[in-house]
Amino acid sequence: MTLSKRHLALLALAIIALTVLPTMLKTYGLYLLTLWLVYIIAAFGLNLTVGYAGLKSLCHAGFMGIGAYTVAILMKAGVSFWLATPVAIVLCFAFGLLIGFPALRVQLHYLGFATLGFNLLLMLFFRNEEWLTGGTFGIQNIKRPELFGYSLMGNLPFYYVVLALTVIAGAALAYLLRSPWGRAFAALRDNPIRAESTGVNITAYTLMSFAIGAAYAGLAGALFAPLVNFIEPAPFGIGNSLLFLLMVVVGGSGRFYGPVLGSAIALLLPEYLRFAKDWYLAVFGFAVVVMMIWLPGGLLSIKETWQLHRAKRDVKSARPEAA
Amino acid sequence: MTDFFQLLISGIATGSIYAMAALGFTLLWQAAGTINFAQGEFVMLPAFAMLIGIAAGLPLWLAFVVAVAISVLVLGAGFKRLVVDPMRGSGVVAVVVATLGLSIGLKSFVKAGYSAEPHPFPSVFSEEVFKLAGVTISYSDVGALVFAGLMVLGLQMLLNKTITGRAMQAVAQNTFAAEALGINVKRMILYTFGINAILVAVTALLITPTYLAKFDMGDNIGLKAFFAAIIGGFNNSRGALLGGVLVGVLENLAGAYLTPSYKDGVALVLFLAVILVKPDGLLGTPQERKV
Repeated sequence: MTLSKRHLALLALAIIALTVLPTMLKTYGLYLLTLWLVYIIAAFGLNLTVGYAGLKSLCHAGFMGIGAYTVAILMKAGVSFWLATPVAIVLCFAFGLLIGFPALRVQLHYLGFATLGFNLLLMLFFRNEEWLTGGTFGIQNIKRPELFGYSLMGNLPFYYVVLALTVIAGAALAYLLRSPWGRAFAALRDNPIRAESTGVNITAYTLMSFAIGAAYAGLAGALFAPLVNFIEPAPFGIGNSLLFLLMVVVGGSGRFYGPVLGSAIALLLPEYLRFAKDWYLAVFGFAVVVMMIWLPGGLLSIKETWQLHRAKRDVKSARPEAA
Repeated sequence: MTDFFQLLISGIATGSIYAMAALGFTLLWQAAGTINFAQGEFVMLPAFAMLIGIAAGLPLWLAFVVAVAISVLVLGAGFKRLVVDPMRGSGVVAVVVATLGLSIGLKSFVKAGYSAEPHPFPSVFSEEVFKLAGVTISYSDVGALVFAGLMVLGLQMLLNKTITGRAMQAVAQNTFAAEALGINVKRMILYTFGINAILVAVTALLITPTYLAKFDMGDNIGLKAFFAAIIGGFNNSRGALLGGVLVGVLENLAGAYLTPSYKDGVALVLFLAVILVKPDGLLGTPQERKV
């Protein structure tokens, strides 16, 4: 992905907007915007797993939970946020390897079942191990960190830290995708057997893409805990993991900005429309089915799908004249 | 030791219920290449259909018959016509994502439109128990076992002894060859979806008294069904039966002797262990990869 001038200008404009806009927002608006960024980080990771490597991972919310609980527990024990976050990321990466290894040896879609089961197991752990996770009551009063002696307790300073980390995480992903690694991931998704015959070690690469995706969720979870100040098992359940996957697909899997759009539709809007959340999700779920029939490439593929459709139609209408 | 036998029997009973959902899941995969991630929700919907029927004054058996009919119409033919057929040719992954969307849609629809609370569900069999050689056995366990056993046996008979059943198997094994032999492939696939719809309705009838009717009850049941299917062997319908019973028995034993809190995690551990040793499941045969 080489950046065109237009692309760079749009990106700069978006970042400026994201810097200036929040100063005009009230508390809840700012909270939603920060939450959106946190989800974007997690979805960036899942997009690598799903969109670029073609694996179906269904425990992304669970990985986010590992990140959130790790940071919350370590911070309660007096460890600094800036030390706890790397621990959370590494832990998620390790769990990714552990779960991914047996499943990926067999068949790509076995990962879907393995991760779904893993998410269930995680929920049982979060609920049952009260001594560590506080059970269903969760962990309360998670403080926001300091940076260079400057408190991030305020909503705006914390937002800027999350924004900076989102940009860094996005840049790291873009870099990874442009490297030979990223190309290997795409080769795997498009034709695993051919990739293998050209010397790509399938198991190692699929496993890595899954574990790196998990690490991104770990970072998102680490930011989620101090953002909401309170964590409990509910947000990390299977339902949200399914939503994570769908938001990557809806935005356009394998498209860099897909998660940005997808997370707004699948996680931010339901949060905003709290009073009608379940109806919204019902419509959303059925809409995904319709979308997979008409627009399997996701919303960001509208243009190409339309062009392809027109090209096909042109071919059809041109044919009788040629005959 | 009597405890052990009690756990074993109730485990087999629960396991045979999982096996039915797993069997439907396997049949869909074999005949139509459809991995149905909404299988759990397919069990949840008939349960609510029966609840609505009972609330309308129907006796349980009549509510069940109505639920089966609706299930065959909606979850069988409707699911095939509206979701699976239009996606023919777009690959397994698109169907997986669509059924995930369907799963969220159905769950949220029931939660928003009916209720978010768990609802008690009447049991078909009496709750009483009897003693046999010192072992306490409940009628509902025996009932579930007999009911599920008859379903599976009947299905095996249908698949192996009737011409229609053999045609269905032929379609599952090799669609092209079946078509060349003059088998009406489309019709056979439609039958398979119908059978799955009946299986999920029976599963709902038997499992809901213990699980309670709740919008997200399918998460757990669906997961057990997937695991049971893979543990037994994805491409073998007897495998689903073995896998279901194994999961049911082992989680019962683990719940009693190890830890009750992690009972629901047993299926995952068993699944991971089996695919490490036998990637195609206990009764499965190796599948070739297609370029």
